[in-house]
Amino acid sequence: MSAWQGHTIDELRGALARGETTSVRLTEQCLQTIAALNPRLNAFITVTADAALASARTADAARAAGAPMTALHGIPISLKDLIDDTGVRTTAGSQVRRHVVATRDATVTTRLKAAGAVIVGKTNLHEFAFGTTNDDSGFGGARHPIDDTRSPGGSSGGSAIAVRTGMSFASIGTDTGGSIRIPAGVCGVVGLKPGWGEIPADGVVPLSRQLDHVGPLARTVTDAWLVHETLAGRPPGVSDRLAATPLAGLRFGLLAGYFDTRIASDVRAGVAAAVARLVDAGAIIEPVEIPHAADIGPVYLHLVLGDAARYHAATLETQPGDYTAPVRQRLEMARYILAEDYARALRGREVIASEIDRALAGRAALLCPTLPVTAPLIGAANVPVGEGEEPVRNAMLRLTQPFNLGRQPALSLPCGRSSSGLPVGLQIVGARGATAALLRVALACERVMPTGT
Amino acid sequence: MTVERWLAAAGADAERRGMPELKPLLQGLATATTALRAAEWNERADVDGPDAAEVASAASSVPEAPRT
Repeated sequence: MSAWQGHTIDELRGALARGETTSVRLTEQCLQTIAALNPRLNAFITVTADAALASARTADAARAAGAPMTALHGIPISLKDLIDDTGVRTTAGSQVRRHVVATRDATVTTRLKAAGAVIVGKTNLHEFAFGTTNDDSGFGGARHPIDDTRSPGGSSGGSAIAVRTGMSFASIGTDTGGSIRIPAGVCGVVGLKPGWGEIPADGVVPLSRQLDHVGPLARTVTDAWLVHETLAGRPPGVSDRLAATPLAGLRFGLLAGYFDTRIASDVRAGVAAAVARLVDAGAIIEPVEIPHAADIGPVYLHLVLGDAARYHAATLETQPGDYTAPVRQRLEMARYILAEDYARALRGREVIASEIDRALAGRAALLCPTLPVTAPLIGAANVPVGEGEEPVRNAMLRLTQPFNLGRQPALSLPCGRSSSGLPVGLQIVGARGATAALLRVALACERVMPTGT
Repeated sequence: MTVERWLAAAGADAERRGMPELKPLLQGLATATTALRAAEWNERADVDGPDAAEVASAASSVPEAPRT
């Protein structure tokens, strides 16, 4: 491992300020890691090495000249390849867009660059973010960083691999039904889906504008906070720190019913152990249910399909052969959604959102597994869950998509490993408009979780 | 349009467009659509159904006693 590979952004900010390393060294280290691992893991679609090194040299020169350190000064970061970076193609993981070069930065890219971030490249994803495994990418599937026979999750799978392996120190993903939290949970990194609308999504290829969220994947909660604040247009100063909310006496809702059925035994055990650690730290755990949770899947499906059909209708006619077959088939299916059912789903979204809000009332956060299974085998159609099997996509989305409908901020925190060594994630859900409070609670939770997950 | 009639029409159209592989997917979507239409929060013209606020209020009566 290179000298700074295992460090956090928070640590690197200090090391850069003290002159213990340089942005060029950090960037070279990330580029070397990409060169070494990408042929096997396929985490990046495009590597912007020359531009990254130029940015790193600029950052180092500014520091040498005495310029004030910015929030992400000289820190190598990657972008999911749905997010525009001027002069670089934005493929969305599809051959449909293999020649589409961004003519301007997404707002989030602008904010990252203004905060001093060094963009090292664009990460692989499930084609058009329309899947949970990364198996179907127009640029080849990505592979899990711990077990390369398995999926890294998706759709932001390349981003999770990049953070986990040190190809970049954070990555920007998107989450329409769980696409930040699922790969974060599966790969053992922190993934934050902020509240809906909190981070601008212009310059980001949509799946469903009403469900899409942009957010960070990072090694730690503090790093996720640093990047999130930057994306939100509030880059932290050098001395700013995230403060943990004390756990003693803090009330959490432990989601039951829908959220506690068909859970793989390793995941159940990992999350139960994590909850026990919170109780040991003085937290109060209360079971809570979402009354109409059984309707979540049908509501989500009709919204995301209807919205995806709108965006893809033209290219399904003009470039059908440029889609991967599974994604094309699901998009074609989406074109048959009836307006009356889409309208029902719009109303259902409001009902589900209200019920989640009520479950959060008087509580610091809600808790549940990020997903009911660990990383599935690449190409698997079904995963074992409990005593039976379930389609991979349904299983992986089941526990994350409620909070896309509800638009609450939600974070996946590594909380342990399965008996086969695969990461397990604890999902922590905060109230709408309270992402900062969620991050303070998540930091406290992180401090009592086992290390090395 | 009933789900059954929709499924038959969609399947026939998929066949006409040379995409018979959509039929199993449409069958799965029909199952989800049936569930969506059966949700109790749906409103209909012939019933004095609950409004969204009432549904959400009913949802709040769930919490159990605190457990530490």
